[in-house]
Amino acid sequence: MRLQAIDVKLGYGDRTIVNGLDLGIEAGTVTTIIGPNGCGKSTLLRALGRLLKPMGGQVLLDGKRIDQTATKEVAKILGILPQAPTAPEGLTVADLVARGRHPHQSWYRQWSSDDESAVAEALDMTGLLDLAERPLDELSGGQRQRAWISMALAQGTDLLLLDEPTTFLDLAHQVEVLELVRRLHGQAGRTIVMVLHDLNLAARYADRLVAMRDGRVVAAGAPHEVLTEELLLQVFDLDAKVIPDPVAGTPLVVPIGTRHLPDRGTAAKETVST
Amino acid sequence: MSALATVARPPAKERLGALRRRRILALGGLTAALAVGVVLSIAIGAKPVPPADIWQALTAPTGSEHDIVVRSLRIPRTALGILAGIALGVAGALMQGHTRNPLADPGLLGVTQGAGFAMVLSIMVFDMTSLHSYIWFGLAGALLASAGVFALGTIGGKATATPVTLALAGTAVSAFLYALTSALVLLNEQAMDVFRFWQSGSIAARGEEVAWQVLPFIAAGLLLALANAPGLNTLSLGEDVARSLGQNVTATRAVGLVATTLLTGAAVAACGAVAFVGLMVPHMVRPLAGPDNRWLLPYSGLLGAAMVLFADVIGRVVAMPGELEVGVVLALIGAPFFVALVRRRKPVRL
Repeated sequence: MRLQAIDVKLGYGDRTIVNGLDLGIEAGTVTTIIGPNGCGKSTLLRALGRLLKPMGGQVLLDGKRIDQTATKEVAKILGILPQAPTAPEGLTVADLVARGRHPHQSWYRQWSSDDESAVAEALDMTGLLDLAERPLDELSGGQRQRAWISMALAQGTDLLLLDEPTTFLDLAHQVEVLELVRRLHGQAGRTIVMVLHDLNLAARYADRLVAMRDGRVVAAGAPHEVLTEELLLQVFDLDAKVIPDPVAGTPLVVPIGTRHLPDRGTAAKETVST
Repeated sequence: MSALATVARPPAKERLGALRRRRILALGGLTAALAVGVVLSIAIGAKPVPPADIWQALTAPTGSEHDIVVRSLRIPRTALGILAGIALGVAGALMQGHTRNPLADPGLLGVTQGAGFAMVLSIMVFDMTSLHSYIWFGLAGALLASAGVFALGTIGGKATATPVTLALAGTAVSAFLYALTSALVLLNEQAMDVFRFWQSGSIAARGEEVAWQVLPFIAAGLLLALANAPGLNTLSLGEDVARSLGQNVTATRAVGLVATTLLTGAAVAACGAVAFVGLMVPHMVRPLAGPDNRWLLPYSGLLGAAMVLFADVIGRVVAMPGELEVGVVLALIGAPFFVALVRRRKPVRL
């Protein structure tokens, strides 16, 4: 078990969002947390990445309490990319990625050939070598997200937590980012935990899904075990059909809605008449 | 200093070479500007002194009138200008970096009004008359006000002071102390006189001791500031990313704000309210340094010192045989310049 939350209680100020949650992340897997807005998925991810201190319970990283490990040591093992991060104006891709080497530097050791090659490798893996000298603000959303992932890669951790890495991206760029995530997993057997909103992409790209509602884990397991019609109703209050994805065979969620219901099939006619 | 000498090196070697050359060139240019400022500040004044006499005063003083003008008036004044300029420039860059607010100035934590209040109080209560005794009070007042702002900024359920709570507390404390000071100076003519001059900001007639008095504080502040630069770089990516990169956010903020307080406190206690330099200078050097604080801080210090000296020289020249206080000149020249700068470039996002 790489990362483990034991009976954690999480929240901000007086507000408790997660109460008594247990979750384990196996080494070398891609885990995706899904759930409705406000269910506590990002809160949980932040706690797993020691950005949020639990009000109760504990988080273990490789069996050791994460809050009792020096934050710089944690940063050499675990990288976490928060939702929609911002950079100061004019920062170039290469400079951003270079800042990922921070945990490996100190006042007497500023920049080494290790840093150099880690940055080059991270840029190469994310396909950004040609854009290295461009300021971040000039890039497209997908490229910018790849640059941030590249920074987290330069950090050289084999455990990566990504909070909604595909927000604000169009479908093509979402796929591009998730393909990259899958490649990172494939190349070095990295352990990856993400929060995603798109259920179909989550099912496609994860080994394991964790479905949350109201601060609790409702189901966890392989995508075809978790993503069922009953679960969608239970977690999202969503009426949907689940069919096999024609490309990957993973579950594909098709929401029912009201517009195309055969028994209330007046919707189509109404649109024509109005 | 190792923190300054090394640039983050992206893989493209040519780019690194060009960038490095540009940055070193800028460093040289700013140093040259400061050197010119020093020369002018020593050469120009109410009393014309021929260059040969200045040279003599610097190398082999004989105690002539010119020697005394140069050695006991112009050199201490120049030294104080350099110290205050470096301190305020660096403090301004630190403050803007930590608050991620391009309008932050070094007085944001109540430091300036704290110094002013303490000086006025010392004149009234302890009958302090000599400048270098109430500078100690000014310094103490600056540090106390800043400590008070920290305390206020942390109250209210939250365990840590955020830049926003600190800025709010700083504004409130400044307004409060300014009101107290204004009330006090109405009661005491001598305090009023001192305060008036202090408030306009001046590096004239301070004597050598004053520069020595504030030097240790400014030196300590500079060391902390330079040590803070790499941490500030990671903080500029947001607190979450900084933490994820293994940065201790609370400690980094604390070091940065202590450095700002020491630098600003020492500068305003000695020279009065000239903190405007600290707002302006980082914006002027940002196009040269980019978003890397390891370069931005030293650039700001050098340009801050150069600007204080130039403004002081202008103040001596325009109102001959009298002079304008450096704080007045800085604001008169600086404000329109700053407006132009802000209007020409779109506001920076930090």
